[in-house]
Amino acid sequence: MPQNYVPIFIFIAFIAILIPVTLLAAKLVRPDNPHKAKLMPYECGIDPVDSARGRYTVRFYIVAILFVVFDVETIFLFPWAVKFKAFGLFGLVEMLIFLAILVVGYIWIWKKGALEWV
Amino acid sequence: MLDYVTSYLRSNTTPGQAGNLLWAFIYIILIFLGLSVAVIAMNWLERKILAHMQVRLGPMRVGPHGLLQPIADAIKLLIKEDIMPAEADKSVFWIAPVLIVITAFTTFIVVPFGPTHAVTDMNIGVLFMLGVSSLSVLGVVMAGWASNSHYPLIGALRSSAQMVSYEIAMGLAVVAAVLMTSLHGIGLYGVAHGAVGDGTLSMIDIVKAQQDQHAWFIFKFFPLGLIAFFIFAVAMIAETNRAPFDLPEAESELTAGFHTEYSGFRWSLFFLAEYSAMIAVSSIAVTLWLGGWLRPFPTWLTGETWDLVFSLFPAATFLLLALIALVGTLRMPKHPYFRVQTLGLAGFAAVLALIGILLLLPPVRDRIQDIYWFSLKVAGFMYLYIWYRGTFPRYRFDQLMRVGWKVLLPVGLGVLILTAIVGVLL
Repeated sequence: MPQNYVPIFIFIAFIAILIPVTLLAAKLVRPDNPHKAKLMPYECGIDPVDSARGRYTVRFYIVAILFVVFDVETIFLFPWAVKFKAFGLFGLVEMLIFLAILVVGYIWIWKKGALEWV
Repeated sequence: MLDYVTSYLRSNTTPGQAGNLLWAFIYIILIFLGLSVAVIAMNWLERKILAHMQVRLGPMRVGPHGLLQPIADAIKLLIKEDIMPAEADKSVFWIAPVLIVITAFTTFIVVPFGPTHAVTDMNIGVLFMLGVSSLSVLGVVMAGWASNSHYPLIGALRSSAQMVSYEIAMGLAVVAAVLMTSLHGIGLYGVAHGAVGDGTLSMIDIVKAQQDQHAWFIFKFFPLGLIAFFIFAVAMIAETNRAPFDLPEAESELTAGFHTEYSGFRWSLFFLAEYSAMIAVSSIAVTLWLGGWLRPFPTWLTGETWDLVFSLFPAATFLLLALIALVGTLRMPKHPYFRVQTLGLAGFAAVLALIGILLLLPPVRDRIQDIYWFSLKVAGFMYLYIWYRGTFPRYRFDQLMRVGWKVLLPVGLGVLILTAIVGVLL
């Protein structure tokens, strides 16, 4: 039933047209008198000191990498969950081995302190 | 591809199965209108309920009991100057709110409001919903980065880290629910009945599985279903960046987080997206664990009489609301200054009563049932969102990450493995 996927495109097209049109239409009613102070980045009234696109803590990168690993694992679980009865005990044991490998990795990153947010 | 499109245009089945183009359009427009009304209502309710939790009155000036406040706000946002910072990345700054609204709205395609009430029914429904709703991270990061300012960037980074962390726990809880669709055991580790069945990812079929198994998945394999539901319920609050996990927009630290630099109509898009995303994740939770459109006690309270009693609920709800509005009208001050407001509230009560009476008619009554029960469950979640905001203090960021990675993830894995083992033992 691939035709069931057609409404997605209709829906997305609908929003993707509606929102920008409303945004542009609102231009007709709203005032527009920019000023240098108005267009400054908001820093609670203080002049911004340096570029906003500086360096930030490495923790965010670690979280991103861990997310990829665990999210891919979750994706692998979906087909197994759907076909659970068909795979039976064999599927369960296989999946337990798969998860065991993952849990070993999980314990390792925990011990390494990758989950700590200092 | 073209064949699929033409076959879709020509098919004439009921909506929710394949649906033809006309039905899809009707449902798309209904969803738009419904969502707008829901967001407006949520805006007013949140302020009112939060105010009363903090022993305040909340909005009282615009319209009786501030009922017209959301509309006044919408007009204000529309005619407000739209500021784009000079150093911002123009195109990304423009796209981010549009993208975030698209992702928040698109999830509603597969939400089953009833056995035949959905824009479409996909065989990968849940996966589609999880995937599309997680795309909103992209919009958040784009908004934060394009602003070229300190607060939005930190807010966006925090937000993305938080959303991806909780998405894993969320995914594991969803897998547990999908697993349950293929396990036809009843009761507390009860005996197996029914043939070997496949699980399903289709939203409509998941609810039908709960109907067939005579159990909402929250009560299945007690307490496994309950724990999986709890994990999802925590993760969905973190996913939508709401209190107590509203670190990305912690106003005492980051002003407004990733949308600090947005104003006017563009800001209202973020607002719209936030509330639609809340409704979307609540509908996933309702579909997966709380039996979707099924009414409470479908197996205990059966028979003609109970069917009739439960079918009167929608009308009763609206008549109750009308009664509350009527009491409010009678309690309005008798001063001439309040005359217009009193009349307005009386009119509102009359409209609610009219809807209530309309819902008493048998043909309407029978058709509205599914949508009513689904909406009621989602509304319960919406109230919980407001309640959490009123009661819980905000988490610290390291506590937030610890809960996600060290508590919800292992518990989710454990629940999944236990569900699978129980499923094999059945």
